Amino acid sequence: MKAVREKRLPRSGNESFDVEKIRRDFPILKERVHGKPLVYLDNGATSQKPQVVIDTLDRYYKSENSNIHRGVHYLSERATSSYEASREKIRQFINAENGHEIVFVRGTTEAINLVAQSYGRTFLKAGDEIVISAMEHHSNIVPWQMLCGQIGARLRVVPINHDGEFVLDEYRRLLNENTKLVSLTHVSNALGTIVPVKEAVRLAHERGVPVLLDGAQAVPHLKVDVRDIGCDFYAFSGHKLFGPTGVGVLYGKSELLDAMPPYQGGGDMISLVTFEKTHYNVLPYKFEAGTPNIAGGIGLGAAIDYLNGFNWEEVCAHENHLMAYATDALSEIGSIRIIGTAKDKAGVLSFVFDHIHAHDVGTILDQEGVAIRAGHHCAMPVMQRFGVPATARASFAFYNNQGDVDALVRGIHRVLKVFS
Amino acid sequence: MSELDELYQEVILDHNKSPRNFREMADANRRSEGYNPLCGDHVTVYVDLADGVIRDISFKGAGCAISKASASMMTTELKGKSEAEAEKIFDSVHKMLTGDMGVDESDLERLGKLKILSGVCKFPARVKCASLAWHTVNAALKGTGEVASTE
Repeated sequence: MKAVREKRLPRSGNESFDVEKIRRDFPILKERVHGKPLVYLDNGATSQKPQVVIDTLDRYYKSENSNIHRGVHYLSERATSSYEASREKIRQFINAENGHEIVFVRGTTEAINLVAQSYGRTFLKAGDEIVISAMEHHSNIVPWQMLCGQIGARLRVVPINHDGEFVLDEYRRLLNENTKLVSLTHVSNALGTIVPVKEAVRLAHERGVPVLLDGAQAVPHLKVDVRDIGCDFYAFSGHKLFGPTGVGVLYGKSELLDAMPPYQGGGDMISLVTFEKTHYNVLPYKFEAGTPNIAGGIGLGAAIDYLNGFNWEEVCAHENHLMAYATDALSEIGSIRIIGTAKDKAGVLSFVFDHIHAHDVGTILDQEGVAIRAGHHCAMPVMQRFGVPATARASFAFYNNQGDVDALVRGIHRVLKVFS
Repeated sequence: MSELDELYQEVILDHNKSPRNFREMADANRRSEGYNPLCGDHVTVYVDLADGVIRDISFKGAGCAISKASASMMTTELKGKSEAEAEKIFDSVHKMLTGDMGVDESDLERLGKLKILSGVCKFPARVKCASLAWHTVNAALKGTGEVASTE
């Protein structure tokens, strides 16, 4: 294997991007697992956190902890201003027009459920159609099925081809006068496919159909500009973007969010309550009932500050280089089949063996310190499409290096030895 | 022996490669489906039960080496056993897989060859793989007709 690896060591051409320096920002990468150095290739499930995010959480609880939007005291004002500063950081990060278009939620799943229940139940009716793709995560399938069950709407599914690519022509054919909402993943969590979302949005908008994008797997890998893409809603999770768990973002265009009723009732989302009538708060608070994950929101802001220290072109170049290196290395292992061979991919390498189940691969790799995901990746229809019960998935972040890929390959050779 | 070697012993790998009683059974009078929602593994267990005795037992499905080997070994162990004996074996297997400290002499005796599955308890994420077929046969024998689940 060594010769093979050395053969493919082209310089990625970005001398200023120092992955070893970046790795030192992530304390967990120094951990050992089963006596071996941790090789973390499960970033699609959740990413690791840089020290600055951990420090931010620590500092918040040690010296800022207070409830927001309520107290007149010093700490509350400080917590409120940190939390709202995070909202502004997120706005800039995805280039939204207004801060009030950034709604804090628990994660991508809640963001999609919010749109399904608030927008969907208000503006869709029996006979209307919702278009999704065949490579959605369950969180971009089930909320729409629930909505369809509630109002009698119908779910239409854009197929994917053998490479796991979104079939634009089929999508175009599916759009019709009954289509009232499109909800697509930006990057597939199971296949890594990058969906041509800008074109998908353009086609939907030709018919006046709003589009939600599930950006959970996209934001850690691509520079996302919601205004350039033109989407109406964009959802993502903080924890996949090197921030804390339990906090995520729903971006929505002002005019749509304004027209939508609240998703949950409670504190912070009101301006006036009597027993006769409640007046709802303005955006984005109308959608933020109850005390939010304050530390999480502030932590996500810290993660974005950290990411802003990098040049995205360099991050993308490094990741593309790593994906190509990993794809080549795995392709040379004869009995492996890579699932998801789209031309445009980000961060995910799913693979199967004819005679070895993904679980067994996962367990043996774990003993080598290599963390991957084995299973259906909450995308069972994708597994059915490729006729496999499960895949092993290595998913990358910008702190992964070639050594991680080499450890994966060594681990796979151990798997093959066990099952020889 | 490393924990990994203990998990993937020759016997287990052999059952995975050439599972015994791996077939559908058209005239089964008991049948149950088992499903692990976490990983998508599924198994169907067929039983021909006559006068309280398992006259024949087989399985079909897709799963990892551990789930397949466990199902295969289960069929060879349960064939010819009474319902009551099968239930006792199920209990002993369950104790062994979950690392229950209460595994006693009678359990060990009852487990016989199945003891080889004991390495699984060191891998908490894999206990459900090994127990899926057992939950499924339990449901088949109890005739609940429900899809057995490891959840």
